[in-house]
Amino acid sequence: MGSFLLFRLVHGLVVVAGVVLLVSVMIHIAPGDPAMLLVGDSPVPREQLEQIRRDLGLDRPIAVQIVSNLVRFARGDLGSSLRTNRPVLSDLTRVIPSTFMLAVSGMFIGIAVGVPIGVLAATRRGEWVDSLATAFGVLGISLPTFWTGILAIALFSVQLGWFPTGGQGEVRMLVLPALTLGWFAAGALARILRSGMLEALSQDHINVARAKGLRERTVVLKHALRSALIPAVTLVTVQFGALLSGTVIVETVFARDGLGRFLVHGILQKDFPVVQGAVLVIAVIYTAINLFTDLVYLQLDPRLRYA
Amino acid sequence: MLSREAILSAFSGIFPLRAHKNFIFLLVGFARLSRRFTFGGILAFALLTSVVTIALLPHVFSSYDPIEVSPESIFVPPSLNHPFGTDNLGRDIFSRVVFGARTTLGFALMANAISITLSTLFGILAAFRGGWLDSLIMRVVDILLAFPGILLALIMVSFLGPGLATAMVSVGFGQTPGFVRIVRGSALNVRANLYVEAARAMGASDARILRRHILPNVRHTLIVLTTFGFGAAILIGSSLSFLGLGAQPPTPEWGSMLGQARGYVRTYWWVATLPGSVLAVVLLSINIVGDQLRDILDPRLRLG
Repeated sequence: MGSFLLFRLVHGLVVVAGVVLLVSVMIHIAPGDPAMLLVGDSPVPREQLEQIRRDLGLDRPIAVQIVSNLVRFARGDLGSSLRTNRPVLSDLTRVIPSTFMLAVSGMFIGIAVGVPIGVLAATRRGEWVDSLATAFGVLGISLPTFWTGILAIALFSVQLGWFPTGGQGEVRMLVLPALTLGWFAAGALARILRSGMLEALSQDHINVARAKGLRERTVVLKHALRSALIPAVTLVTVQFGALLSGTVIVETVFARDGLGRFLVHGILQKDFPVVQGAVLVIAVIYTAINLFTDLVYLQLDPRLRYA
Repeated sequence: MLSREAILSAFSGIFPLRAHKNFIFLLVGFARLSRRFTFGGILAFALLTSVVTIALLPHVFSSYDPIEVSPESIFVPPSLNHPFGTDNLGRDIFSRVVFGARTTLGFALMANAISITLSTLFGILAAFRGGWLDSLIMRVVDILLAFPGILLALIMVSFLGPGLATAMVSVGFGQTPGFVRIVRGSALNVRANLYVEAARAMGASDARILRRHILPNVRHTLIVLTTFGFGAAILIGSSLSFLGLGAQPPTPEWGSMLGQARGYVRTYWWVATLPGSVLAVVLLSINIVGDQLRDILDPRLRLG
């Protein structure tokens, strides 16, 4: 158990180190002169270009830049926006709570809807409930978020007037974005739980449980669901990452301030420190959640505890 | 040791010189497959075929120029003349959807070609060679997978600059790490089979083992992966275009059409709803066909 955790922890650290490395060299991977990339298409005097190079340390050797970037990031200094001059970190701390709320409520909807549907489909295999659930799953993963979001606005905001079209603050304003985001996760989870449950229900230990005369309900919920949850937990993690990056679209559709919109703005305005900071934060959060999942695994899969 | 010749001759298993013979095999194989499709699968496949036909011959199916602006007929509701109505510049939306099929599907096809080629190469290399090369490839994959969902493509496009070609490359590369992991897993399974060991015992070269044993058995995974990957490429590509990072106006592309139509949801329902429905139906059909192919070819494949 200890070795498993240690292994995962080291693995997580390697990934974070790689991410930081990648993020700090990424401007050099792009074709063209980084300073020119930063100023964009408008012509600027040579002196200003030199100034930008000096300010960002682009005139130093790459190895020096990487090391100084690592030190800088480790101190929590993510630089300042090239357009607004505000420190990236303070902007990030402002936008992250809203995005986190959105992603967590999306995930909640995904789990609350997807898991029961997946389990129900597997226990009623081949019946109409199963067909309906399968249709729900494939619809969930197929419909593009930006389209379902627009439809939700057209239906629930414009036609029915139940919820506002966007903005943030009140819970009412969170409903449509969270539903749009959760819809995809629900479909994906329903699919993975259905196939996981079908596999789990065909195992020998399920037959034993049935032969012992346990109620079907106990067999399904206590014996099968537990092993079906293991692949599902991985997917929940992957889905949470997808939700985090999905906020890029959802926040644009619903005009919500957040990490995703912050990132898109940064990309459109060629604001390199902003892109760097936002990307770094998402990758680190995602890696941390992956690590957390491993703890959940230990709880779910006793085999790991003795490995 | 895996030489360059080994890789080349292995890949000739996928891209063979005897194209005509393989084409016939492909047709026969597909005919056999399609008999095991359900009704929904056949319907989805027929729908996709017709969309591809439309993408190949857009002029036949549309009666208007997809780019030409006509100020006298803006926001015309759907009618016989304009089945999907017209947009804010008076352009026929149906014609834009028809021409957009070409952009969107072509885009996804190229992105798909990039990701499948790269992931087959690296995935099989990692599985077959093992050792430090496997570790190296998989650690790089792990790091790249720390950028979830659309993020990797988003990062790449932010450096290469917005545009259809750069978005295409970004989506292709963005899909690769996840695919490498799946192909590697599948190749590892195949490699563990006794017949591979038997072939090796008989003195078969690496190239022969790759071509005769590994690739044919990884093929099913690749087919399923390509199908789902095609759908994912459409989804990510149109998302990028929706954000203004992919296809640029006035190029007709489904995602960017929706991005521009977003402001008119309140007043003119058809501008966003109808092109979006086409996109949704196409994505749905691809995933339905993908599900059927997976059930038939590679039932244990799990795509997160």
